[in-house]
Amino acid sequence: MPDGEAAPILSVSGLAKSFPIGRNGLLGPRRTLKAVAGVDFEIRRGETLGLVGESGCGKSTVARLVARLQEPTAGEIRFDGRDVLGLSKEETRQLRRRIQIVFQDPYASLNPRMTVEEIVSEPWRVFPGILERRRWKSRVAELLSRVGLHASDAARFPHQFSGGQRQRISIARALAPNPEFIICDEPVSALDVSVQAQVINLLADLQDDFRLSYLFIAHDLSVVRHVCDRVMVMYLGRIAEVGPTRRVYERPTHPYTRALLASVPRSNPVGREEDQGRGMLEGEVPSAIDPPPGCHFHPRCGIARARCRSEAPELRAASRGQRSACHFAGYLESGEAAASPRGPSVSKDE
Amino acid sequence: MNREYGRHPGFDPDAPLLSVRDLRVRFATHQGSFHAVNGIDYDVSGGETFGILGESGSGKSVSQMAAIGIVKCPPGQVSGSVRFRGIELVGASEPVRRSVRGQGIAMIFQDAVTSLNPSLTVGFQIAEMYRVRTGADRRSALDRAAELMDRVRIPSARERIGSYPHQLSGGMSQRVMIAMALAQNPDVLVADEPTTALDVTVQRQILSLLRELQKESGLAIVLITHDLGVIAEIADRVAVMYAGRIVECAPVEAIFRNPSHPYTAALMASAPQIDTEEARLKTIGGSPPVLSRIPKGCAFHPRCSHARDRCRSELPARSGISDGHFSACHFAGSFGEPESDAYA
Repeated sequence: MPDGEAAPILSVSGLAKSFPIGRNGLLGPRRTLKAVAGVDFEIRRGETLGLVGESGCGKSTVARLVARLQEPTAGEIRFDGRDVLGLSKEETRQLRRRIQIVFQDPYASLNPRMTVEEIVSEPWRVFPGILERRRWKSRVAELLSRVGLHASDAARFPHQFSGGQRQRISIARALAPNPEFIICDEPVSALDVSVQAQVINLLADLQDDFRLSYLFIAHDLSVVRHVCDRVMVMYLGRIAEVGPTRRVYERPTHPYTRALLASVPRSNPVGREEDQGRGMLEGEVPSAIDPPPGCHFHPRCGIARARCRSEAPELRAASRGQRSACHFAGYLESGEAAASPRGPSVSKDE
Repeated sequence: MNREYGRHPGFDPDAPLLSVRDLRVRFATHQGSFHAVNGIDYDVSGGETFGILGESGSGKSVSQMAAIGIVKCPPGQVSGSVRFRGIELVGASEPVRRSVRGQGIAMIFQDAVTSLNPSLTVGFQIAEMYRVRTGADRRSALDRAAELMDRVRIPSARERIGSYPHQLSGGMSQRVMIAMALAQNPDVLVADEPTTALDVTVQRQILSLLRELQKESGLAIVLITHDLGVIAEIADRVAVMYAGRIVECAPVEAIFRNPSHPYTAALMASAPQIDTEEARLKTIGGSPPVLSRIPKGCAFHPRCSHARDRCRSELPARSGISDGHFSACHFAGSFGEPESDAYA
């Protein structure tokens, strides 16, 4: 766990990204898709922040903005205290050394024509000065053994490895330029269960050894619970709830978080008949092109009132570092909310 | 019921719905022979959900594709027996298979969006399935399609008949696939990872839909998945596959209460749980075997912490644990103390 007073390595405020998507018809108004609409968060040194939400909630766009792969429409990103949006080209390049990414698909993210040694040493070619050329070979061997591969694997090609081993190669490559911050974009979703656990444990060990900070994007809420110190839930481009992982999982204060947690398949079959349908979310995520007014979640929310349809809730502090963007967060937090996250039993009030 | 397969001489209404015996599938490739399925046996009866759990390459999908005769031969070689109501499907002629496919056994796949034809409306695609069977005219088939879309809980089904697949979300596309499967009113629905590509909230909806459909019509479901949670949600019985074999098979409560094969136990221990926090996940060392080089003896032995000499040389036979529960492990009863009432 990170110490509370540590300065944040990453601090994001008012971050927004819209994509123009053309007109509605030939003469219609220009439309935009607000992928990320005003997001604030911090990640402290040595901390793992989990970012969860359904497809299209903007989690990958947040990652791309933080990695400076895309330009935000508005907002501020500070890395290690410095505003990164105003940096020169060369400074941005240097920043990229300190922020690395591990991608979801280990089959697509490694160049099939390069040997493992070329892949892992590529960051040194891109950033001369990190490591003298004569030390490359031995450092590749060190990194490979650190991620659980063999030094002799250096001469092999990606296709000779399984999915889990490829993800280890990706991790070795991410570690090569000595980064401080790693964005893990669904790093274990493509892996089998038995291999997934190995990679999760590896990421945890590396964090301890290198004092890394992680932004951990995942759709698997069970994985996030095991990996993350804090978790942030997004819905249609906004933060629904953020807080210490255990707090959020045990006492969610946003109806969406509760529904999301209730949707996770159970870990044993006993009592499933009684639980059927409890906390099940109706409908699907609405389009981000024309999101519902007020609280984006209100059409699917079991406790929505008139206010939710007109007024977008601010992300407000609940207790103990938990923040929630729900008008009724306080209500959910009180007594009733202590019940199992398998669905709110709050009655609908029209 | 007026079903084409009912005219087949092998048809026996009292025979098990689906009965698989010593099914084997091999693929001849340039890199050698891949043994995808290596002798599996199971029965599925009406109204039950039979889960097949396994990781990539365990043979869970190929075994079902072989069962309904959609493995391309060559390079595939299928042997053994798959009987649907007494009708042998392995080696059967295409007309026999066709009569069973759809009306007897229908299949839905993981990636619904790419399984649909992008250039035809979803209403047309569902109606087509219905017309193939009944020879109904277009208009009444479209009416039937709308009913089916309603039945799989697609909101405002009538208006969606003219939608193209790209206009639908992943969850809606999967519902369309299910409607297409239901159009022929099958006895068995094989669902291959039907929710893997979907978000958890949509996954819950689809699983609940499958359960409701089963209650309404007595449909048998064969659910292929890698996800223990999905099994816990919906399966009545489970077969765990590893390297093309069923290593354990049991009623769902029994397997969660008392996993009796080291692989099942390790799989359960390594899956993170939503309701607990452990500092470290337990892992299974190594990775699943390459199917052209399956280890001798018990295929799991190189990764098994309980393996002894016998496991390296001798293929374990099924040993019964309790009623309907068997494990293919030499030390099934004794490899570790089951967690007594953790799941009780």
